[in-house]
Formats: sequence, C-alpha cells, structure tokens
Amino acid sequence: MTKFNAWNVIKNGLNGQSYWTRQWRDPEPKSSYDVVIIGGGLHGLATAYYLAKNHNIKNVAVLEKGWIGGGNAGRNTTIVRSNYMMPGNHEFYEHSLKLWENLSHELNYNVMFSQRAHVSLFHSPGAKDSVSRIYNIMRLHGTDAELWDLKTLKKKIPHLNYHNSRFPILGAAVQKRAGNARHDSVAWGYARAADTLGVDILQNCEVTGFTRKNGNIESIQTSRGIIKGKKIGFAVAGNTSVLWQMAELGNLPIESHKLQAFVSEAVKPLLDQVVVYGVGGAHFYISQSDKGSMVFGGDLDWYKSYAQRGNLPMVQDVAEAAMAIFPSLGRIRLLRHWAGVMDMTMDGSFFICKTPISNLYLNAGWNYGGFKASPASGWYFADLIANESPHNYVQNHNLERFEKGINIDERGAGPDPKLHG
Amino acid sequence: MIRINCPYCGERDHSEFNYGGDATIKYPSLNSSEREWTEAIFFRKNIKGFQLETWHHSHGCRMWLVVERSTVTHEIKSVKPCHPDFQKVVENNK
Repeated sequence: MTKFNAWNVIKNGLNGQSYWTRQWRDPEPKSSYDVVIIGGGLHGLATAYYLAKNHNIKNVAVLEKGWIGGGNAGRNTTIVRSNYMMPGNHEFYEHSLKLWENLSHELNYNVMFSQRAHVSLFHSPGAKDSVSRIYNIMRLHGTDAELWDLKTLKKKIPHLNYHNSRFPILGAAVQKRAGNARHDSVAWGYARAADTLGVDILQNCEVTGFTRKNGNIESIQTSRGIIKGKKIGFAVAGNTSVLWQMAELGNLPIESHKLQAFVSEAVKPLLDQVVVYGVGGAHFYISQSDKGSMVFGGDLDWYKSYAQRGNLPMVQDVAEAAMAIFPSLGRIRLLRHWAGVMDMTMDGSFFICKTPISNLYLNAGWNYGGFKASPASGWYFADLIANESPHNYVQNHNLERFEKGINIDERGAGPDPKLHG
Repeated sequence: MIRINCPYCGERDHSEFNYGGDATIKYPSLNSSEREWTEAIFFRKNIKGFQLETWHHSHGCRMWLVVERSTVTHEIKSVKPCHPDFQKVVENNK
C-alpha cells in the first residue's frame, strides 16, 4: 500500500499517477482466523484495526455482506460529539472524540474531521437548566462545554429564525471540539489501515449460519464458504437480532428502527456549525458538507422496520422543523434522502460485552449515535476480545444491566426503544 | 405512507396512528422471578418479517389495534381490535 505523503504525491504526479497501489487487498477467505469480525462497517473495521494495532492480533478477518461503506457507514449525518453525562458514556465518547482528533494522522488518511462546534439551541428557561446540568457534568469530567447567550449566538449564526414566538431561541449549549467528518473516508481509512496490518477484508461475504461445538461457535457458514474463528465478534448494528437468532441466542433488548437523513443541492457557504433544534415533538440537526450540501435529519419513523427507506410523514416533519429554525432554506431542493436501520436499545445505550457463548463477543445497540462512536467502539471492543474482560468504561454496557437495574438511560425515557433519540 | 384499515373507521394513513410495539408480550405473574420480568419488559424478538404489533388510532377513534405487518416490506395482513370482546363485536357486525 502506497503511503500518502508529499513525496509520493510529487512522484506519482510526475509518473502519470501510475504507482499508486490499491487501497486494500481483495483476498480469498482463509479456512481459519484468530478473530472473525462479522460486519464491515465503521465499528467492525475499527475493531479489526485496533486488534492488530493495539493487541498485535493480526490473523483477523472482517466479513461484510455487501461492500465497504455500503451499509450504515454511508447512511448517517456524520456528526461527532461527546456531550454525554452518564458514567461510562461520557468517558467513552470523550475518548472517541480524542481518537477522532488524531484519526487522519493515525490512519494516514484524511477523514476531513472538522471541529466546527456543535450548537444545541434551547428555547425555555427549563431547557436551559436541563442542558446546563448536562454541560456542567461534562466540564467536571474535562470535556469542553459552554453556554452561548443570545448575543453570542446571534453573532455566530445570524441567520437563524430569532423571531419564532412559539419557541423563541434563548441561547445554545455548545461543544466547540465537536463537528463533522467525512463518512466514506473513515470507512476507507480504517479498511486500508487494517489491511496494511494484515487484516483480511472479505466483501460480498454474507453469514448464513453457525456450527456449534462444545457450546462454542466452531465455524461460520458464509456465501464464500466455511470460515473458522477462534473468537467471533458481531458488529452488525441494525441487524444484530437477526444474527443473534441465527446463533440461537433468543431475544435482545433491541428493536430495529429506521432513521432518515437528507441531503440538499450544494449552496455557497451558509452554516459553519452543526446546529441542533429540539423542542416539543421536533428534533432536527443540520450541517453543511464540504461540497456545500446541507445535510440534515430528524427523528425515527416511529415504527419498527428493517426497510432501508424512509416514509413521508417524517420528511414533512423534518421540513417543518427546518423552516421553523432556518427559514432561508425554504427554496432549497432535496437531492436525496435515505434511511438506515438502527439498533434502538431499551435504555438508549450501547453494548460492548461478552455473550452466553464463550467465544462470541457483542458490539451492538448504537441507537442514533454510532458514527461518532466508531473509533472508541473499535478500541474497546478490540480490548474486550483481546483481554477477555471489559474496560472500566464499558463494564456496565452489557446485557445484564437491565436485570440488575443499572440501565444507562441518558434521556430517562424508559424501556421503549423508539424514544431514545 | 402505510395505510391501516381500522376496523372502526376504515382505511387511514399511518400518520393518524401511534406505534405501540410487540403485541405478543405477556407479563408474568407478580411473584415471578426478576429474570422473567426482565425478559418481558426489556427483551424482544425483533422479528425481521411479519410480526404482530399494536397501534393506537390516536387521531381517530383512539382504539388500540393489533396489526400483522411485515417489518421488511410494510405489507399489512390483518388489523383487529386489541381487546378480544371488541374483536367479537367487530366480527358480528360484519
């Protein structure tokens, strides 16, 4: 794999760009691996990379049923932030944000991480109190967090709708180190870096069944033949239940829901931050991509679904929220919109844990927030697989927490997966 | 738009309804173990395919319905009132 640096750019510029090697190999599956990760999304690829990098476990395969970047890695709004308050969550997401800050160097691949600030508007004194509590907790743990009053906000983002009499903007809770990254680059960067360290990335390799022996999973049946793995990790958020039941493990505290996202035609620079508007029934987040498109999204479609396509009532809801907060978008045209399937969990937090099968490990339940989590998710999932015990940060992110009554419920919404937005 | 044929009101857009959840959950008896209650409250089959689910016709007759719907194609096979007595009434009035 040719490294990306100034010297190689110049050399290949003079050689007609003919010496670049492919980004990652397309190997035939070996019959067995030390670790097999099922799911070639951001989390699976990051796990494989950190297994090789941090734990020197390089005989690793990543099985992807489609192609790299074709699943939820390409179906998100690319927001990266760490404004969490529950123990375990804030340390985890803060570490993730720190990994993002150095990810382009780490992977030798420009993931276009842009720390443009994440601005959550508030519209009532109650909302200000509530968000102040969360952002103070963040500060106490060393995460950057601040409140902007109306004057500062108007100076930074002058073209929001400050004349909404129903939901007047009073200010914003801001995380300045938060921002966006380029989703494809993250997938390609992790795939390329993992491949360089010896990981086999097997695309078009769909898992169709498991063979059990002495309680363990001995081998995996796939569309590209039978593959053995000493240890096996699931990283297939959206479809976790399907694989879980294929392994005859019963039920999970997860429901699959679909979340839509939208991209408009490209316009000149309009918005320098990620802006979040959440009030009453509305939930809306928007940023501008490097190409100029407005990228935005809202809530789930509110009913359980595995379909990767959205329904119209939510399109209308999102459009209404956009007009409420950003009236200047009124004439902009949508280029495309899509839906991704989310693992929505019973308390809105994820799982990085062991399972009833001793050589099977679970990475699942990312709700709305899988994209920003991917570096830390890979980091701690690799740590769990290599060391056989969970790191402190994820020690309660397991399937037993519900029975123990230690749910990690950021919103306090209770056991209804669709409410954990 | 999903169209739900409400047994009381007729066929309506799904935006008139609120999705409830898995209609097959049965709560265990009050003296059941922690494990059984955890299973009932927190653990789901999360079926990919046809499932029985509840919907509330909140912007219509405000009745709870049991709908058999595919979670992949969104095709609906049947819609019935939740309560068995109402089911009988609806059947008798056909």
